[in-house]
Amino acid sequence: MTAAATALATDDPVLLAFAEEVGSEGPVAVAGGRTRWATGGTLTEGTRLIAAPTGIVEHLPDEMTVTVRAGTSVAELHAALAAAGQRTALPDRGGTIGGALAVGENDLRALGRERVRTALLQVRYVSAEGRIVASGGPTVKNVSGFDLPRLMVGSLGTLGVLAEVILRTNPIPPVSRWLAAEGAHPRDVLEATLAPSAVLTDGTTVWVELEGHAADVDAEVARLGTVGSFAEVDGMPDLPVHRWSLTPAEVLALHEGGSPHDTGAFVGAAGLGLVWGSTPQPARPLDPTVAMLSERLKQNFDPTGRLNPGRMPGGA
Amino acid sequence: MYRYAKLRNRVTRTFGMGADEVAADPFIADLVAALSPDRVKSDGAHRALLSHDASVFDGGNSGPVVFPETTAEVAAVMAAAQTHGRNVVPRGAGTGLAGGAIPLGVPVVVAVTKMDEIHEIDTDNGIAWVGPGVVNLDLTKRLGPLGYHFAPDPSSQQVCTIGGNVANNSGGPHCLAYGVTNAHILAMEVVLPSGEVVMLGGLDAEPAGYDLRGAFVGSEGTLGITTKIAVRITKNRPEVRTLLLSFDSVTDAANTVSGVIAAGIVPAAMEVMDQRITVAVENYVNAGYPRDAAAVLLAEVDGLAAGVDLDAERIAEIGRENGATNVKLAGSDEERALLWKGRKTAFGAIAQLAPDYYLHDTVVPRSKLAEVLQQTYDIAERHDLVIMNVFHAGDGNLHPLILFDARDEGVLERVHAAGAEIITASLDAGGVLSGEHGIGVEKQKFMDRMFSSDDLDHQNRLRQAFDPGCRTNPGKVIPTGHSCADIQSLRSIPKEVWA
Ligand SMILES: Cc1cc2nc3c(=O)[nH]c(=O)nc-3n(C[C@H](O)[C@H](O)[C@H](O)COP(=O)(O)OP(=O)(O)OC[C@H]3O[C@@H](n4cnc5c(N)ncnc54)[C@H](O)[C@@H]3O)c2cc1C
Repeated sequence: MTAAATALATDDPVLLAFAEEVGSEGPVAVAGGRTRWATGGTLTEGTRLIAAPTGIVEHLPDEMTVTVRAGTSVAELHAALAAAGQRTALPDRGGTIGGALAVGENDLRALGRERVRTALLQVRYVSAEGRIVASGGPTVKNVSGFDLPRLMVGSLGTLGVLAEVILRTNPIPPVSRWLAAEGAHPRDVLEATLAPSAVLTDGTTVWVELEGHAADVDAEVARLGTVGSFAEVDGMPDLPVHRWSLTPAEVLALHEGGSPHDTGAFVGAAGLGLVWGSTPQPARPLDPTVAMLSERLKQNFDPTGRLNPGRMPGGA
Repeated sequence: MYRYAKLRNRVTRTFGMGADEVAADPFIADLVAALSPDRVKSDGAHRALLSHDASVFDGGNSGPVVFPETTAEVAAVMAAAQTHGRNVVPRGAGTGLAGGAIPLGVPVVVAVTKMDEIHEIDTDNGIAWVGPGVVNLDLTKRLGPLGYHFAPDPSSQQVCTIGGNVANNSGGPHCLAYGVTNAHILAMEVVLPSGEVVMLGGLDAEPAGYDLRGAFVGSEGTLGITTKIAVRITKNRPEVRTLLLSFDSVTDAANTVSGVIAAGIVPAAMEVMDQRITVAVENYVNAGYPRDAAAVLLAEVDGLAAGVDLDAERIAEIGRENGATNVKLAGSDEERALLWKGRKTAFGAIAQLAPDYYLHDTVVPRSKLAEVLQQTYDIAERHDLVIMNVFHAGDGNLHPLILFDARDEGVLERVHAAGAEIITASLDAGGVLSGEHGIGVEKQKFMDRMFSSDDLDHQNRLRQAFDPGCRTNPGKVIPTGHSCADIQSLRSIPKEVWA
């Protein structure tokens, strides 16, 4: 008999075949839904494109976890989870699970849905050497070893190719309502309500998503009435096309018209800092020491630079 | 009290190092120049005291101990250690239970307890900037009047530091709904092993680049020393309902926990205590727990009035469906505080029963709680040990607690053998090695039960990106053979030798 399998080992033939496909030589990248194809730079020409494996492996509602292969679409996963009354932190904006994690962008309503970077419990990825590497663990709480799942979120697949993940799921609240008011201040809204799922502003109108038990939402709506004349709306406003990452305080400044940031027309998430503007956010160069650490990481995980070449998190 | 019990026989142990040798050590001279003589300690008593933490592990061997007050001082210490090729161990309050702060390789111990300033509370950004030496509960006390708190609440929160919480990615009873430390850290100033100072993460929604912040949290002091931390502050909930459910069996309590989650309720906390613990607690603080119940479940929901009432009612119902013999809703703040006092003083209560205890920490899927709990009792019985269970049931985080008297011949061997079996049982049930205490030196030798050599090799690649020389907290987390540092040689350095 060979050595006992480690707890996170897998013999799933689908993952083993994927590891083989990634292989250990030549530039390679995963094409997901291509909804964020330009993020982090331009893929080097001649890079072999592959697709990640698909399928929901196991949803355990009473563990609040789901095991899903990276090529599965977010829409498919969320439809399946919704049937059991649950959801994840991943934004519902097209694309695949692997793509959403590799890009790491949050839902604009992250206040109520947690951040993508905390939703990933366990990861199995294929290394630059073509080996399956596992990190994290299947339980909702875990501090066993270095936290590679955190490193994988937002890594654009430059450190390893995501194959299968375990995500935390959350119950879908019984009620969700959107309200909007002109002339309200997002700071007042944040102070008046306990836990809004989103507080959005375009500088004139403030939109609020409230979720929870019906009676709680009613109570929150009543409190909203003390800071503006809020009325029920269908949902969030249409968003401009360019994504900005600012601080929550900077969104308040944008709302007040005193911001140095030239976002053009915007919708910003107060309490979070995400902004959609009509102009692109200028490049955010990495601090030199952060850049040095990032290069060392890349070098250590992918010495020949074969994974998603041409791209780097924080790159143009 | 716990630390005293652990250390009572140890503080007097001295090391065979004369004052002349200290004076002659150019490394110490550099440390003194960087800080001030009164904050560089190289006497036997200090070194002996800081050779331990709250874990049961011996074998630490501290070099000089420094107490920096500023980032610049920490950077100077790191740079001096680099120049002299010496190891460094960051240290907070020393309450770690996995031996993370135990010095191996005669390192300079950098105790950040004097960096205990709350620099800024910034409600517009929803954060506070704190020094790493700020005591967890002190921050929550400061935030109270503003209507906020710091959500991670380890049972050691009266003493443990936020730097230690970051390094261990600590949890606590209320992390069920609010998430463990990682979810509450936005940015950090870190002094790298090279002495360079860097800001990881940021206050903006999606800081550019790799999530180095996330990689640092939970790295158990092996990637550098954090000197300033932006922690998320959480609004206090206006309404809280606390329930105490009694059961005839631990299984019924565990099934109730699963049932509550399955019903789509994520309470703020769900803690289970078995009968041995509740009796010990009753004898100690009289919290109002039933002495005759096989297990109690302490469940808390918080939020707005209507919702907490609905959830509390539903939890009571699910409890009854699973055989609860009694359901008590705390009728007042005092009663609620008393119920929690019982839970939070459980370890104090235990200290009354036996001179030593070993608190384990594994996680299993909630659906396996009852099964693995039963196994812990069986394991203890086989090894002729007393075991109790008090744990964060809501997230499947088991804390089997073995009582013993270290003076009994051969007892430590039995304690460790039982511990190993508990870990095996947890992994076999689909669980993990540690839920909140970390790996430290405690679980290194079990890492290859959970992770393959490829998995461990990749963890080490992260480690080496930050600390290519493997001088920061060497000999921790990654087991011998997979780590960049040769742990064997770290351990075998005679106690008399500096480096
Ligand atoms: C009675 C008792 C109850 C406990 N309950 C809980 C609980 O409910 N939940 C829980 O999670 N833990 C619990 N613990 C464990 C412990 O309290 C936590 O791990 C705590 O976060 C450690 O903080 P500390 O300041 O004591 O760190 P220390 O023990 O001093 O250090 C812990 C680790 O952090 C590193 N470190 C410390 N400061 C820094 C820094 N500034 N930069 C980088 N690395 C650093 C050290 O090198 C070490 O590896 C408990 C411990 C006791 C004794």
